[in-house]
Amino acid sequence: MIQPAQYLALAAMLFAVGVAGVLIRKNALVIFMSIELMLNAVNLTLVTFSKMQGNLDGQVLAFFVMVVAAAEVVVGLAIIVSIFRRKGSASVDEFKVLKW
Amino acid sequence: MVGILAHSNTPSIVEFGWLIPAFPLFGSAILLAYGRRLGRASGPIATIMMIASFVVSAITFFQIVGRSAASRVYTETLYSFIRAGNFDVKVDYRIDPLSIVMLLVVTGVGSLIHLYSIGYMKGDPREGRYFSYLNLFAFSMLVLVLANNFLMMYVGWELVGLCSYLLIGFWFEKRENASAAKKAFITNRVGDFSFAIGLFLIFANLGSLDFDQVFTSAPLLAGGTATVIALLLFGGAAGKSAQIPLYVWLPDAMAGPTPVSALIHAATMVTAGVYMVARTHVFFDLSSTAGTVVAGVGVATALLAGVIAIAQDDIKRVLAYSTVSQLGFMFIGVGVGAYTAGIFHLVTHAFFKALLFLGAGSVMHAMSQRTDITKMGGLAKKIPWTMFTFVLGWLAISGFPGTAGFFSKDQILEGAYHAHQDVIWILGLIGAGLTGFYMTRLVWLTFFGKSRDEEGLHPHESPPSMVFPLVVLGVAAIIGGFLINSTPEDGRLARFLAPVVSSQSAGFVEGEASGAVSAEGSDEERPLSAGALSGLATAAGLGGVALAFAMYSGGFDWRRRRENPGVVWRTVRNKFYVDEVYQFMFTSLGRLGATTLAFVVDARWIDGFVNGIGSVTGRLAASGRRVQTGLVRSYALSLLGGGIILVGFLFARAVR
Repeated sequence: MIQPAQYLALAAMLFAVGVAGVLIRKNALVIFMSIELMLNAVNLTLVTFSKMQGNLDGQVLAFFVMVVAAAEVVVGLAIIVSIFRRKGSASVDEFKVLKW
Repeated sequence: MVGILAHSNTPSIVEFGWLIPAFPLFGSAILLAYGRRLGRASGPIATIMMIASFVVSAITFFQIVGRSAASRVYTETLYSFIRAGNFDVKVDYRIDPLSIVMLLVVTGVGSLIHLYSIGYMKGDPREGRYFSYLNLFAFSMLVLVLANNFLMMYVGWELVGLCSYLLIGFWFEKRENASAAKKAFITNRVGDFSFAIGLFLIFANLGSLDFDQVFTSAPLLAGGTATVIALLLFGGAAGKSAQIPLYVWLPDAMAGPTPVSALIHAATMVTAGVYMVARTHVFFDLSSTAGTVVAGVGVATALLAGVIAIAQDDIKRVLAYSTVSQLGFMFIGVGVGAYTAGIFHLVTHAFFKALLFLGAGSVMHAMSQRTDITKMGGLAKKIPWTMFTFVLGWLAISGFPGTAGFFSKDQILEGAYHAHQDVIWILGLIGAGLTGFYMTRLVWLTFFGKSRDEEGLHPHESPPSMVFPLVVLGVAAIIGGFLINSTPEDGRLARFLAPVVSSQSAGFVEGEASGAVSAEGSDEERPLSAGALSGLATAAGLGGVALAFAMYSGGFDWRRRRENPGVVWRTVRNKFYVDEVYQFMFTSLGRLGATTLAFVVDARWIDGFVNGIGSVTGRLAASGRRVQTGLVRSYALSLLGGGIILVGFLFARAVR
């Protein structure tokens, strides 16, 4: 039997990978995928806690996150496509006009 | 106090007292709206309004005289003016012996001057406006005189100042006239400011501005407070009545049309200060210091203006300084506690000074607006009526026995003598001598001797509408004094005014012990009798007359003297350089101060402070904005750092 702590450890690792991806990678698409990784790490913890508490609140919240993430992906990908068309690149370091 | 008693009387004309100011106000409004269209008709309309007002005043006077002395005060409230907390001021009027005397002077002399103006202002393009202002002035003066509380008095006080400004600058096309108007207005404001502070103090200490209430409770004031209030009120009076140090505007006010000089700057408005001191005499009774200051300023002004008048060549300017000097005499009277004498001189002065000014106007009319008396002379035959009436005014102001000025000036000097103010009395005698001197010089140079006119003018007598007022005022100047108040104790005016101005009636008797100066009650100790005093005063006046007569009709060659003037003569002729000193003190130094404030304090210090705050903020922002790199990943890093700190903090707290 796998213990809840192991699920949580996995979730933490996944989250760390996601954070690293966001901070290290330049490609907007990869950053995007890293964000998804973090979201799903959170989903995993939610489900784990739900199981531990013995109620369904966490699972409901996990579905919420999935739905919102799907919507966010739609908007986010559209922005990335639009940026790519304008700049010919999807590197976030290229795109830094909003500064002092 | 007394006011309530009068209400029980049967209905009478007194209750229509509000009509007195209403007539001229109505006239003024009509003329302001339709003056241009009415043209020549505006003069008669304004005059009729004044005469109507005079008739109501006269009827009121006779009704009041018919009553017992105790019920001669009538007050009526029209409506509530301002009410805020315990500050409650009503628009009301007060008819009592003092205000009745003023009413008769203002409306009576006012009517004559309105009538005279019809002839004088003939052909002026703004005749309607002139008469509108004149009526407005009459209304304002009546508001001042009829007021039953300090605020209404102040309202009238400001309104007459406004009318004075409008009328001095009536011919505003000439720059000097406009400046003279401004000078008068601003100088008056200095005095008004002092008056206003006086009102604040009265309200702060006594909780009311109503005359009866204030005068009843005034004796409860601490001596110092009463003195301060009295002096502040006198400051206002000094502005309006042209006393040292605020007299400088009056001579310049002669820029206005001559009837205006006669009405506002001789007969009525400038006497408002004297009236005010007499009205608020309770405060002056409470403080012998204030009384002495008033009398001292009065006598100093009388002398200074008298000396200056000797060296002036402009006929109106001589009369203007003469007015300042005579106002000084009135203040001697009210300052030493001889209120009746002060008011009496106010009345007689209104007669003879209005007469002299109107006479001067008639001379100017004859001489095509020339005012330089050194270029006149020998006018007696050309304009006999003007000369005759002018001589009547000269007799009165110089104090020839039997004339109006003789009685009133005597009574003032007698009052000073009995109040143990010997210095003021002696200086007053000198002032009387000066009066005789400068008036004789003026009359002689204008009307007698050979003509010194070099332009070949053809002087002609004025129209009847101008001569008639001269004759009426001439008669009043001669017999008015005898009829009104032949002796200081039981003259008609003295008995009539006694309930208002004597200390006892104001609701306190012990005030006299606290150092009030009283004209009456100390006669026994003085060595000189009334006859001797009168003789001395007359001798002083006639001495001045005789000296001037001897000099100007005799061998004294004043023209050659003028070609090489001495220092004294030049100083006096330039009015002791008071205007120049004021110019330096207030205008130049004031401008220096303003420049410093504007270009150093404001531009450097205040603006520097404000701009400094701005530039410091700007510089802070300039370095701070570098944080915004635009790199999304660095933002994400900060986000992460913040998150870690937050979680770490929560974790640390949970563990502990």
